[in-house]
Parts: sequence; structure tokens; C-alpha cells
Amino acid sequence: MWDWFYKLASPPHFYRIASALEPWLLWTAIVLLGAGAYGGLVLAPPDYLQGEGFRIIYVHVPSAFLSMFCYVLMAVASAIGLIWRMKLAYSVAAATAPVGAAFTFLALVTGAIWGQPMWGSWWEWDPRLTSELILLFLFLGYIFLRQALQETRQADRASGILAVVGVVNVPIIHYSVEWWTSIHQGPSLAKLDTPSISGDMLWPLLVMIAGYQLLFLAILATGVRTQLLEREKNSRWVNDLLTTGVIGEAAR
Amino acid sequence: MGGYARYVWSAFGLSFFVLAAILWLTRRNFAQTQKTLMRRMRSMEGTQK
Repeated sequence: MWDWFYKLASPPHFYRIASALEPWLLWTAIVLLGAGAYGGLVLAPPDYLQGEGFRIIYVHVPSAFLSMFCYVLMAVASAIGLIWRMKLAYSVAAATAPVGAAFTFLALVTGAIWGQPMWGSWWEWDPRLTSELILLFLFLGYIFLRQALQETRQADRASGILAVVGVVNVPIIHYSVEWWTSIHQGPSLAKLDTPSISGDMLWPLLVMIAGYQLLFLAILATGVRTQLLEREKNSRWVNDLLTTGVIGEAAR
Repeated sequence: MGGYARYVWSAFGLSFFVLAAILWLTRRNFAQTQKTLMRRMRSMEGTQK
């Protein structure tokens, strides 16, 4: 198992696997997103209280889930990079940040679009909303810090420390609706054994989350490949790849 | 969808637009990096000759 892990951590090996998987991830994500959107917009019945407006959860919940998932992945990858000084781990963290920022932005904006008809307000300084906004600032801080530092190693270390320290915000976002008085509704998906959402409404949501997750992985596969090309531009395997279109046997 | 239609379609429309944009930007960035490295490699080969 460790052999497999060490092999995966090798940039040319990861590059090859990511190149092969990317189209499969992308097309599966597109199919799932189409099915989930159709299920959420057409097949799911309207909510007894929120009416048709509840359908916004089919884009809001996957974005919010992915925003936290991306941050945890970025922090774990950064921690691995800081401890074992792995280029691949730093590449994963750097490629995750812009996608995570996009998901966080979407979670905030779709939440605001839902809030206007339901709460009568686009924004409230509620613990869940405020901690999600802090998450967006953490992603942006990570991206700007990397851009501000010219030297790659320095950028990796500084942004890695920021990512690891900022992960404390993720449990705050998740438990904010339980720890403090909040107008945001409580968790529905975290308790799948006793679901507070009907099966007719639940399946399109799970399909949408799976679609978002696979789309993220497809984007990540391309983002990490870009990072690896830039970081390894002087290495033999990148040279082989650019001249022949394939990675040399020795680098695998 | 009655009075909620504009909210629901705005949320779906914006989400799919942003997802498509981030996908396109990532792929464009990858293609540009490949092109830049190819150009760099060719110029280095030219210098060596």
C-alpha cells in the first residue's frame, strides 16, 4: 500500500494518471449534473413550506459542501507538503484554492438568492453566513499570498501555514448552527440515518453533490498538471512529454 | 414556479456559469503553460545549436 502511495506521489506518475482520468471524471460529472438538475427542477415535489423556492438547495448545498471539502483538502495537502516537502502535495493545495474560492462564492451568492424570498433579506450577520464569508477570505488570502511571493518554496511554505491555521474555521462553519442561535436551518444531510428531507427531494441533491465532486476532481486533475509542468519544467520527464507527447519509461 | 422562478433560475444559471468559467480557465491555463514550455524548449534547442 505504501509502495502505491509513494508511486502516486511521483509527479510523472501522477501526471499520467490525472491525464487518463480527467475526461472520464468530466463526462461523468456532466451527466450527473444534468440528471441532478432535471431531478431537482422537474421531478422533485415542491416543499410544503418554501414552495418552489426550495429548489435553490440543489445548487446551494453542493457548493457549500464542496467549499468546506476543498478547504480541508487544501489544508491536509499543505500539511503533507510542510512535513514531507512533497511537490505534489503543494501542487494539489495550490490547484485547489481557486476552485474552492469559486465554490465558496457560489455558496454565499446562492444562499443570498435563497435568503431574499425566504428571510426577506439578502444578507444577515448570522454565524453560518459570517464563517462562510471568512472561508472565502481565507481562500483569497491563500491565492494572493502565493502571487505576492516570487520564490516557489517560500510561497509554498507561507501559504501552507495559512491553509493549516485556517482549517479551524471549517468545524466552526459546520457546527455554527448548533453552537449559536442562527436563522440558518440546521443540518439535514449530516444525519442521513434519520433524514429530515424526503427521499423524492434527497436523491437529486445527492446526485448533484456527486456531480459537483467529480467536476471538482476533473478541474483539480488539470490544475495539478499545470502546477507540475511549471514546477518540473527543467526535468527530463517534462522534456520527454513536450517533445514526444508521452512520459518516458524511466520516469514512470 | 410562480414568484420564485427568477430566484431559482438565477441561482442555477449563475452556478452553471461559474462552474463552466472555472473549468474553461483551468483548461486554458494548462494549454498556455504547455505552449510557453514548448516555446522555451525550442528556444533553448536553438541556442544549443
